[in-house]
Amino acid sequence: MKRFLLSAAASLAMLLATTTAALSQEPIRLGDLNSYTGYAAFTHPYRDGWQMALEEVNEDGGVLGRQLRVISRDDGASPADAITVANELVSREEADFLFGTLLSHVGLAVSDFARQKEVLFLAAEPLTDNLVWDGGHDYTFRLRPGTYVQAAMLAEEAAKLDAKRWATVAPNYEYGRSAVEAFKSRLEELDPEVEFVAEQWPPQAQIDAGSVVQALEEAKPDAIFNVTFGGDLARFVREGEVRGLFEGREVVSMLSGEPEWIDPLGEDAPEGWIVTGYPWYAIDTPEHNAFLEAYQERFDDYPRLGSVVGYVALHSLAKAIETAGTVETEAVIKAMRGMEIETPLGPITYRGIDQQSDMGTFVGRLTVQDGKPRMVDWRYGSGADYLPSDETVRELRGEED
Amino acid sequence: MDSLIIQLLTGLASASSLFLVASGLTIIFGVTRVVNFAHGSLYMLGAYIAVSLVALWGGQAGGFWLAVLVAVLAVGLIGGLLEITILRRLYRSPELFQLLATFGVVLIVQDVTLAIWGPQDRFGVRPPGLDGAYLLLGHRFPVYDLFLILLAPLVLLVLWTLFNRTRWGALVRAATEDPEMLASLGVNQRWILTAVFALGSLLAGLGGALELPKGSANLSMDMQIIASVFVVVVVGGMGSILGAYLAAVLVSLIRTLAVANAELSVLGITMWQLELVSIFIVMAVVLVVRPWGLLGRPERLHKGGLPVEATVLRRPGLWLKAVMALGILILCLLPILGAGNYSLYLFTEMAVFALFAASLQFLMGLGGVISFGHAAYFGLGAYGAALAFKALALPMELALLAAPFLAAAGALFFGWFCVRLSGVYLAMLTLAFAQITWSIAFQWEGLTGGDNGLLGVWPSEWAADSASFYYLVLAICLACLFLLRRFAYAPFGYALRAGRDSPLGAEAIGIDVRLQRWLAFTLAGVFAGVAGGLFVFMKGSISPDAMAIPQSVDALAMVLLGGVQSLTGPILGAAIFTGLKAELVSLTNYWRLLLGLLIVGLCILFPRGLAGAGREMAAWLPGRRP
Repeated sequence: MKRFLLSAAASLAMLLATTTAALSQEPIRLGDLNSYTGYAAFTHPYRDGWQMALEEVNEDGGVLGRQLRVISRDDGASPADAITVANELVSREEADFLFGTLLSHVGLAVSDFARQKEVLFLAAEPLTDNLVWDGGHDYTFRLRPGTYVQAAMLAEEAAKLDAKRWATVAPNYEYGRSAVEAFKSRLEELDPEVEFVAEQWPPQAQIDAGSVVQALEEAKPDAIFNVTFGGDLARFVREGEVRGLFEGREVVSMLSGEPEWIDPLGEDAPEGWIVTGYPWYAIDTPEHNAFLEAYQERFDDYPRLGSVVGYVALHSLAKAIETAGTVETEAVIKAMRGMEIETPLGPITYRGIDQQSDMGTFVGRLTVQDGKPRMVDWRYGSGADYLPSDETVRELRGEED
Repeated sequence: MDSLIIQLLTGLASASSLFLVASGLTIIFGVTRVVNFAHGSLYMLGAYIAVSLVALWGGQAGGFWLAVLVAVLAVGLIGGLLEITILRRLYRSPELFQLLATFGVVLIVQDVTLAIWGPQDRFGVRPPGLDGAYLLLGHRFPVYDLFLILLAPLVLLVLWTLFNRTRWGALVRAATEDPEMLASLGVNQRWILTAVFALGSLLAGLGGALELPKGSANLSMDMQIIASVFVVVVVGGMGSILGAYLAAVLVSLIRTLAVANAELSVLGITMWQLELVSIFIVMAVVLVVRPWGLLGRPERLHKGGLPVEATVLRRPGLWLKAVMALGILILCLLPILGAGNYSLYLFTEMAVFALFAASLQFLMGLGGVISFGHAAYFGLGAYGAALAFKALALPMELALLAAPFLAAAGALFFGWFCVRLSGVYLAMLTLAFAQITWSIAFQWEGLTGGDNGLLGVWPSEWAADSASFYYLVLAICLACLFLLRRFAYAPFGYALRAGRDSPLGAEAIGIDVRLQRWLAFTLAGVFAGVAGGLFVFMKGSISPDAMAIPQSVDALAMVLLGGVQSLTGPILGAAIFTGLKAELVSLTNYWRLLLGLLIVGLCILFPRGLAGAGREMAAWLPGRRP
């Protein structure tokens, strides 16, 4: 008994010692903001992703001997609310870095805030390429492959098809328009014979699916390029199937292989579509297997693409701070430029030229297996192969050589 | 030609979906006069409950229809409970006050739905037998669409019979015409109102459940439908079920035609750019031509002809003046007292919104002109400043001066049309104009940057730090608030109130009521524009969101929370709303739930707004009782 007490006391003392050692070092504070209420389907897996990464980093002793702490906020899916939250994170919560956001206009507003306040911001999920090109600057990095890369990858697949007459359907806002623009110009480059015979621009989240499908049908295209997602995608698929729009036609579709957007459709998922996405069930690499196993154990759920993005975002910041050896913004920016990091999707690099990561995405065909949407015949395309040339990037960023 | 017919039939099916939801809202509005923002939430609940039950009972025909039936009854029950627990307590409040409570309910339902059903969309199933397509004129046309096309007139018929051929319907009509007379005849009209609310909710639930075979149940359904439904109700004439049907058909067909000719370009504007705003254009045109909608009757205004409950505006007593002076002194000293950067930022935001809310209160409280689209002038001011700063490269000081001009121009133009109407029709016309303005900002990418907006609009060097910018905003907002106060007590303010309280009397003594209202509308726009200009420099960027519906609703919530009939009310309301929201967001991801609960709680506790409660309490102070 005595012995037990002694050992208990000893371990208690040890515990206290380690805790005080850890406490003597204030944690490094990261501010996270995302549309947790407005776009929960994408952002909740994202939150789980960074949560897991956070635990991993802290169990490994943190960064620079300090623990990481994430202060997470809802950005209200609005630029104005996001700025309030960003202010709170930076001023009151004294966050050293910012990361997150999903919506493009929110991402851009926060990016501009980061430039003004000279805080490093890792835009995790927004797809607009303005973040790194037209509106790019030193304080913003972006992780997820942007609209251009995803559209260019799909255009490459589209060029392999026999289809010549194309119709497009995309939500009426910047993302939809730049996706169509990138797809068009890339496809016309690869196959000068294609023509675009119809375009539909339904308002985001308010598609009048029956009318859109009917109008597309009217144009008798060989193939369709789709950019709608979420509730719009569900309506478009349903009307399209009932009205026979997809019969005998190829459909090429942005993001529709991402579990976030396709899983709700279940066995009604459209078969044969060529999509970008994330086949978590089929990727057989050691790094992805490790991630998948850890994730399923931690959350009792399968990862979505957002999970990977959140996971990699936090690890990226941790590694950049570790490499810089300090939390000084300028030093961390320097460390992050050209930084390579292992991810569940393989190694990626944050390019020095535009601070865009060359994380890629998967392209494949949709099918349904056991009542679940699955991607088959997929391949991974690295962003490095699809990002525009350095010269173009410099031009877009308005930089002189 | 064949394809046109198919397109029109498709539009008719959309019209039916829209009508089912709108019929519920128009019944509720026609009888209880509640502007029910939560109608979209009930619609969403209908879809979610049905999708869960279908999953539970299987997708066979029996399971599907039983699920729809139970979901519809459940939503009716929820609606009834809503009326009993919340709205019933607010019938004696100033008109529109219930709007604030239903806005709180919207927030609550959003978070509760997320908590119960999770973030992922739920794809609906198609009922067996109605899942295929007929070959119609060489096109495949969904059987389900035909079912919807036939269902809407059926519902219309049932409702008409219910209201015109049953005893209950007669009682409801009596309750609408003269509730007090009905009550004195020994009919418990409370339960009639509850039943009507439940019936309206039930129809919303039906609309939601029947939407499932066409798509999914998702968390943004409520917001997607609510604006369209209001448009349909107003275009049809509030309270008119047949009108709602005609309006639904009208807006749906126009939208379908816009989609069918998406690439057609008129005067440089393509049809797809007009699609979303088309229903608001229809509403604006209808209201300008027919101020009470297609089949509506001239609105019988509240007792005494007041759209907003009015009280005499008294000059503040010594006490209140002292409190205000102290408040201003504290605000001025904040940076010196050691308020942090974020606190200063929040106070800056409160000041901006206080001015925005005060400008709306000026219009609503003094002019009796309700606006659902006040964000338009806020946004125009913001864009005015941002464009002056970016496109004309003016410094911040001059850009801020430019802000009110664009807002004034907009208010002057739209106001001319709006002041010809009254009550909720007027309010909806302001909403239509706000949406048209919004869509211009959204679509005119070359000038406004489209949905991404204009970035990099930060204050000049000298005002860049939080304290300096705070002082700048505080100075401008205080000056404007004093000016608004000055207007309220000037002959113009009295004339305005005379026009509000007794339009006939005011006209008789030579006041041009319409002119006074038009001036008030413009003035309110100008001050909203000033607030917008400050807003853009505070945020550093501007996007069309700043003039979207939620921004207008926020302003309304601030005014109603503070009290429509008090000049200090909106300031209080804005401060509380802004501060509460910011603090709740940093406290929890369930901030919408808490904010909603607080709003509903405040509504029930202070049914006359905070300032009204203050006044009532002040009346109990010694020496203040008459």
